[in-house]
Amino acid sequence: MQIDIQHIIYLLASVTFILGLKMLSNAKTAKNGNLLAAGGMVAAIITAIVFHEGAVSAVIYGLIFGAIVLGTVVGWLTAKRVQMTKMPELVSLFNGMGGACAALIGLVEFHHNVGDSMSMTVILAGMVIGSVSFSGSMIAWAKLNGKIKNAIRLPKYNILNTLILISLFAYGAWIVWTGTGSELHLYVLFVAALGYGILFVLPIGGADMPVVISLLNSFTGLAAAFGGFLYGNQVMLTGGILVGSAGTLLTLVMCKAMNRPLFNVIFGAFGAGTESVGESGPQGSVREVGPSDLAVQLNYSKKVIIVPGYGLAVAQAQHVIKELETILEERGVEVTYAIHPVAGRMPGHMNVLLAESNVEYDKLKEMEDINPEFSQTDVVLVVGANDVVNPAAKNDPSSPIYGMPILDVENAKACIVNKRSMNAGYAGIENELFFRDKTQMLFGDAKKVLTELVTELKALD
Amino acid sequence: MIEFFTENKDMIFIVILMIFVGVEVIGKVPAVLHTPLMSGANAIHGVVVVGAILLMLNTEADNYLALGLGTVAVFLGTLNVVGGFVVTDRMLEMFKKRK
Repeated sequence: MQIDIQHIIYLLASVTFILGLKMLSNAKTAKNGNLLAAGGMVAAIITAIVFHEGAVSAVIYGLIFGAIVLGTVVGWLTAKRVQMTKMPELVSLFNGMGGACAALIGLVEFHHNVGDSMSMTVILAGMVIGSVSFSGSMIAWAKLNGKIKNAIRLPKYNILNTLILISLFAYGAWIVWTGTGSELHLYVLFVAALGYGILFVLPIGGADMPVVISLLNSFTGLAAAFGGFLYGNQVMLTGGILVGSAGTLLTLVMCKAMNRPLFNVIFGAFGAGTESVGESGPQGSVREVGPSDLAVQLNYSKKVIIVPGYGLAVAQAQHVIKELETILEERGVEVTYAIHPVAGRMPGHMNVLLAESNVEYDKLKEMEDINPEFSQTDVVLVVGANDVVNPAAKNDPSSPIYGMPILDVENAKACIVNKRSMNAGYAGIENELFFRDKTQMLFGDAKKVLTELVTELKALD
Repeated sequence: MIEFFTENKDMIFIVILMIFVGVEVIGKVPAVLHTPLMSGANAIHGVVVVGAILLMLNTEADNYLALGLGTVAVFLGTLNVVGGFVVTDRMLEMFKKRK
């Protein structure tokens, strides 16, 4: 009877995961979907503890509750306190924690199952995937918060990584085949998997991190599913496979938005030919503009489009940009925002950020909708975006971002680019847009110069 | 191979069907929701914590190494679950504010 109830609850929890994920893909139902899945998760966890059969010492219950309470407090506080701009890296961090959890399960369960080749396969697979997901997520996290700045590539890293991957498979297969119970082999495999995760993510450029996190996300799902197989636990299996498959599809959807096949993301990292491009990139002089001149220019425009990028998020300039929008609208200027699908560090990053400062949903236009409008626009204000407005994507077949759809800001009558310096963008390539006649550069931290701009605009009244 | 299939046929059914469900569920999601969706999926794979709990419940009380690692696993899994859902909720909060 108890077992029946347990299975019914697991079934219901699985249904909440599916419904929750479904509801998350619609703006209206998303919040409830998330809560629904969370409810299912709580039910599954309680069920796993309450319906366990067999005697368990009080110490173990104490350890479990202690770990859950501590994890809840730390997770809750971290998630509540993090700034909106840091959410992508936090998702990566939490993903890594899930991976580490799966890896630890594998480490501990291994010696219980020596000799049973089926269980050993499942355990080793879960452990290896979990470890790769953990160390890979940690690198992605470090890259997103700037602890690791550049893509680090060992010589012949593609071949090296492929060899390590094959060795991991072979080594794991060998452990299962020989049925060795040696802990040494287990730990060597564990460390090798951790190393692979690091080497897998290190060469990939920061601009591709969202895709990598999504991919590692589906890895962790897979690792959880292997855990489900091991324990014959349906809710782990359904939850894990669901995320594994949905995560893989989401990864592909993201790649499509950037017009870059997944293969290129992993093996042909951005800026692979940085040196040559950097040298032979567009040269010439750039025109600078100051806040006061720009204020006049904006004041007498009819239509202004703002193109936000990661620089806006870094500078925390989302509130001042809303202020700019409000003041321009008061002067009768039409202001809209052009959102590139991969602007920021994650798809949807800019939407979330601008929503925080109460920018209206209708003002955020997606790329396909806004591109035809640039030709009727007086001023385009690019704030902290670079690669998503680089014309090289359209007219330079040798460029690493060639083929990526971009925002056609060059069609506007004037284009103002706010950047901190002339440094190349995340893809590590020069942007000829900056050298065009119609382009003017507004150097400085986005929040600082936009605040000055707003002050100048107010003074114009 | 056949033997493996027979022994685990329920599991294999679940796996195959869930793959299709996962693909169906995500189809046609607007780009705006990619980040919250990824974050929500991230929280759901935190279900791995159930495995860590089962591991603890099946461990002998004097196996300190296993208990230590298991406790860490439960802690990390809980971080994944709680942090994942709360972050997703916060992201979606932003969407709701604009009525």
